Amino acid sequence: MDKTVNQKAWFLVLPVFLVVAFSAVLPLMTVVNYSMQDTFGNNQFFWNGVGWFKELLDPSTDLGGRFLASLGRNLFFSLVILAIEVPLGIVVALSMPRQGWTVAACLVTLALPLLIPWNVVGTIWQIFGRPDIGLLGYTLNAMGIDYNYVSNAVDAWVTVIVMDVWHWTSLVALLCYAGLKSIPEAYYQAAQIDGASRWAVFKAIQLPKMNRVLLIAVLLRFMDSFMIYTEPFVVTGGGPGNSTTFVSIELVKIALGQFDLGKAAALSLVYNLIILIVCWIFYTVMTNAGSERKPQEGAA
Amino acid sequence: MHSIPGRRFIMGLFLIFLLLPIYWLVNMSFKTNAEIVSTMTLWPHAPTLQHYRRIFTDESWYSGYINSLEYVILNTIISISVALPAAYAFSRYRFLGDKHLFFWLLSNRMAPAAVYALPFFNLYSAIGLFDTPWAVALAHCIFNVPLAVWILEGFVSGVPREIDETAFLDGYSFPRFFVRILVPLIASGIGVAAFFCFMFSWVELLLARTLTSVQTKPIAAIMTRTVSAAGMDWGLLAAAGVLTIIPGALVIWFVRNYIARGFALGRV
Repeated sequence: MDKTVNQKAWFLVLPVFLVVAFSAVLPLMTVVNYSMQDTFGNNQFFWNGVGWFKELLDPSTDLGGRFLASLGRNLFFSLVILAIEVPLGIVVALSMPRQGWTVAACLVTLALPLLIPWNVVGTIWQIFGRPDIGLLGYTLNAMGIDYNYVSNAVDAWVTVIVMDVWHWTSLVALLCYAGLKSIPEAYYQAAQIDGASRWAVFKAIQLPKMNRVLLIAVLLRFMDSFMIYTEPFVVTGGGPGNSTTFVSIELVKIALGQFDLGKAAALSLVYNLIILIVCWIFYTVMTNAGSERKPQEGAA
Repeated sequence: MHSIPGRRFIMGLFLIFLLLPIYWLVNMSFKTNAEIVSTMTLWPHAPTLQHYRRIFTDESWYSGYINSLEYVILNTIISISVALPAAYAFSRYRFLGDKHLFFWLLSNRMAPAAVYALPFFNLYSAIGLFDTPWAVALAHCIFNVPLAVWILEGFVSGVPREIDETAFLDGYSFPRFFVRILVPLIASGIGVAAFFCFMFSWVELLLARTLTSVQTKPIAAIMTRTVSAAGMDWGLLAAAGVLTIIPGALVIWFVRNYIARGFALGRV
C-alpha cells in the first residue's frame, strides 16, 4: 500500500467532512451545552457545571442508579446476543449450499429480516409472542409453559434476545459467508492431501480467513446492540417494571419524556464516550490485523 | 467451499425460524379482526383484502409510504455522492489527519440515534427544515455517509492504481477520469453502498419520527395509530407491516448477486 502524500486530497474529503460535521458536531455541541445546565421549563436555563456528571456516576442517586442499572442490563444483553449470534452465524454460513438456485434463495431469505423496519420487527414479535393471538405464545402456553412477556421479566428477556437473534444473526452469517467464499479451492485440496480432519480444516483454513469479517461482525453487532432502542421499546416498552430498559430507552425517557435536558445531555455524553472508546479499541485491533496480514498476502 | 455435516437440516431449520414470524404477520394481514381475536387459525379461513384496501385508499396511510421512500432516496443520493470522492481520497492518498478523520467518521456510524434525537430536533427547527424530507435525509447521513465511505473505500482499493495512471497519461482530467472510468469500474460497489444506505435509512425510526410531525410522517410512525380507543386493529397493523417489508425484499432481489461481498463491505 504505497499511498502518495497529497494534501489536495482534502478537497475530495471536504463534502463528507461538511455533511458529517453539520449533522454530528453541531448537535453534539448543543448536547455539551445542555449537559452543564438545568432547566425548569420555559426555556430558562441555569448553570449546573459538572453536577449532572457527578450524579450520573454515583449509584446512590436516582439518575446514577437508573443509568448504571440500564448500562449493566445493556452490557449483559450485548454479551448474550454476541455469544449466540456469532457461533450461530458461523454455523449457518458453513451450512450454505454450494451452488445452484438455492444459494440465491438462501441469501435473499437470510437478508430479509435485515431490511424490515425496526419497529415492524418489534411488531412482528409482539404479535408472534402474544399468548392470545401469536403462534409462539399460543403454542408455548398450549404446551403447558406459562409464557407471558408482558408480565414476566424472564419471558420478556427471552423474547427480546430471540428477537435480536432472529433479526441480526443473518448479518453475521452473510459476513462469514463472504469470508468463506474468498478461500481458494486449492487450500481445501491441500488439506485433503494432508488428510486433515473437518475440524482441522475449520481451525486452520476457514477460521483464519474469516478473521477480518468476524471482527467487522462483532464490532457492528456490539455497537448496534449497545444502542438498541426501537425493537425492545415496541415489544416490552422497557418493562415489565424496568427489566428491559436499555440505555437508549432510558435516555429517550429522560430527554423526550420528562424533558430533563440537562440530565439527558450528560447521559448522552457519557454514553457516547463509552461507545467511542470501544469503537477505538476495535478499530485499532482491526487496522493492526490488516497490516499484519498484508506482507503475507504479498508473498502469496 | 466445504461445509459441515447436516448442513441442509441446519439451514432448513434456520430458514424456518426466520420465515415463521413473517408468515404469521402475512397470515394475520389476510384475516378479519374477528377471526384474529376469536380463534387460533394457521391460515386465514375467510381471507379478506379489507386491510390492504383501506391502506391503499386512505391517503393518510399510503402517503406514509411515499414520505418514507422520499427521504430514503434523498438520503441515498446525498450519501453516495459525497462519499465517492472521499472514498477515492482515502484509498489513494495520504494526507494530514487522514487516519483520525477516518476514525472520526466511523465513530459517527456507531453513535446512538437516541443521543442525537433532541439536538436534531432543535437544529432542524431552527433552520426551518423540521417536518421536511430533507431533515430526515440529512439526519440519516450521520450513519450512512461513514458507512458509504467505508464500503466504497474497499471497492476503490480493489481497482489497480495502474488504471488511474494510464488514464492520466492518456490526458484524462480528474473529473472526467472519475466519471468515465472509475465509476463504471466500481459500479457494483456503488450498488452495494446504495443498498446499505437504503437499508439503514429505511429501517430507522427514532430519528425519522422525531423530525417529522404532520407533512412527512414516515409509515413506521403512522402504524402506531392502529391503537385506538376501540382496541387494537391487528389486521390493519399486520397489513401495514407486510407492506413495509416489500420494498426491502425488492431491493434485496436486485442486489442478490452482490449481497455476500457487500456485507463484507468490499473487504474480502
